[in-house]
Amino acid sequence: MADKVKILTQHVNVPGIETFEVYRKHGGYASVEKALKTMAPDDVTEEVKKSGLRGRGGAGFPTGMKWSFVDKKSGKPRYLVCNGDESEPGTFKDRYLMSKLPHLLVEGMITSSFAIGANLSYIYIRGEMMYVVRIIQKAIDEARAAGFLGKNILGTGYDLDLHVTCGAGAYICGEETALIESLEGKRGNPRIKPPFPAIAGLYGNPTVVNNVESIASVPYIVNNGGDEYAKIGVGRSTGTKLISASGHIKNPGVYEIELGLPVDEFLNSPEYLGGSWKSDKKIKAIIAGGSSVPILPLELFLKNAAGEGRLMTYESLSDGGFATGTMLGSGGFFAMDEDTCIVKNTWNLSRFYHHESCGQCSPCREGTGWLEKVLHAIESGHGKQSDIDLLVDIAKKIEGNTICPLGDAAAWPVGSAIRHFRHEFEWHIANPKLAAQPGAVYRA
Amino acid sequence: MSDTTTKKIEFSPEAKALVEKYISKFPEGKHKSAIISILHLAQAEFNGWLSPEVMDYVAEILNIKPIEVYEVATFYSQYYLKPQGKYVLEVCRTGPCCLRGAEDIIEYTCKKLGIKEGETTPDGMFTVKGVECLAACGEAPMMQVGLDYHVDLTHEKIDSLLDKFKLENKVSRAYP
Repeated sequence: MADKVKILTQHVNVPGIETFEVYRKHGGYASVEKALKTMAPDDVTEEVKKSGLRGRGGAGFPTGMKWSFVDKKSGKPRYLVCNGDESEPGTFKDRYLMSKLPHLLVEGMITSSFAIGANLSYIYIRGEMMYVVRIIQKAIDEARAAGFLGKNILGTGYDLDLHVTCGAGAYICGEETALIESLEGKRGNPRIKPPFPAIAGLYGNPTVVNNVESIASVPYIVNNGGDEYAKIGVGRSTGTKLISASGHIKNPGVYEIELGLPVDEFLNSPEYLGGSWKSDKKIKAIIAGGSSVPILPLELFLKNAAGEGRLMTYESLSDGGFATGTMLGSGGFFAMDEDTCIVKNTWNLSRFYHHESCGQCSPCREGTGWLEKVLHAIESGHGKQSDIDLLVDIAKKIEGNTICPLGDAAAWPVGSAIRHFRHEFEWHIANPKLAAQPGAVYRA
Repeated sequence: MSDTTTKKIEFSPEAKALVEKYISKFPEGKHKSAIISILHLAQAEFNGWLSPEVMDYVAEILNIKPIEVYEVATFYSQYYLKPQGKYVLEVCRTGPCCLRGAEDIIEYTCKKLGIKEGETTPDGMFTVKGVECLAACGEAPMMQVGLDYHVDLTHEKIDSLLDKFKLENKVSRAYP
């Protein structure tokens, strides 16, 4: 792709772009002017629907459709809440966006709040990123001083108060109803749905919760029209996506890619990830969309089961279902080279889910602990061959049996690791003393 | 380490102003929403951790039951319910960081300080904790100390950071 489409990060390297003044000079806040002065709120929603924008937090639910569900009839106050609780291992694109381009998020929040008819909105950022909370607070203060927030914005009669607030360390608060609970000053226990937040969310009022990157995509859509946005990308994967890349690659970082980029080019081109971090170490496995999505061996990541090259799209990465495919998820991409022990990596991730389970649903509370314990036993040379099927069984019993998707997120990495790398688990169990040594890894 | 049992617990005037600011972000009657921010601030103000007395004080400020504060304080990983070192070195240990040497950084730091992971040095200066993903995977290995992210860690970087902290010598906790 010669001409790279960048609609979020095109100004990221402009000195001072984090200030209102410089951001405004580069066309910032145009979408607020356009929407508030020339469009009806439902027209804004209509453009977002036309754009085909899908939730960038991981689930990929159409953003415009989510907005259209919000209860506008009851007369209750409506809220827009931005989900900046980015905590999915491998994902760091929202932190990048918020810290580098804080005004893009604030602009998106104003335009989006107008669309759903919210007069009070929040940006909720995970507590660990407290320095980002301060960056966003500064941007909000600047926007308010310039008349883009507060009463009667730009003389249009539209009022909006926007605040930034924080969490205090809980992956689960990335789940939208847990986030709402946290915003209400409670433990982050997900709520049973329905009712969905669009009907009864924050303080029991209609609420839309959107990911940072989704909100940041709205200014482009409003400025250029939903149809223009939909021209970017491939099929139902419209627009651009931020991919945060890490692990055993040459060029870790955040990349804004046009959806539809061939995965081979993304992984191996020096313009992108540049392939393996070491020339003599081959990449063995990829987790393409955050730690929750199924791990794939390199071959299945590059090509689907029919041997066709995959693309960076929601559809292409999930081609083949869980048997041979994975998911685009949050765009948290990490690569593992041939020296990586898949058993250890799976244990590491299961420890994460066990630590982060809120404890509300027993299949997740107990199951994540069992997954971690059994995986640790195998990893440290105390496993039995029957443990492999036990892990599959535990994962199956968690999946689909919990209030929120954390249970699924904990089960999928284990199920997929065994599906594609069963031989590594068997080798660990057959060679306990060898496998328990630091750095031990199965070799074909 | 804690003098909270002998001295009356009360926020400084500056901290009180911040509490008002946090509360003002939420609609009338929804002041409990500010609890997350206030607990961060309380930790920074009162010796770096949340004693039962400090939590009771926060309950008093918000006019809610102490149990409502305990519920929140025990749920979130950033609240410390026991005294910690002035500097809590929170090294990310999850997936991508582990692939790029997080375990080695934890081991090196602990060895240098003569403690095990999770422990505090006898002089009360440092605590080392392995924590879960801090969303900085592209700059692994990394750790958080107070407000700051320290990335692309090496043994040398750890050495110079520890020296810097010893020189600064103050309780490092982040609040909004």
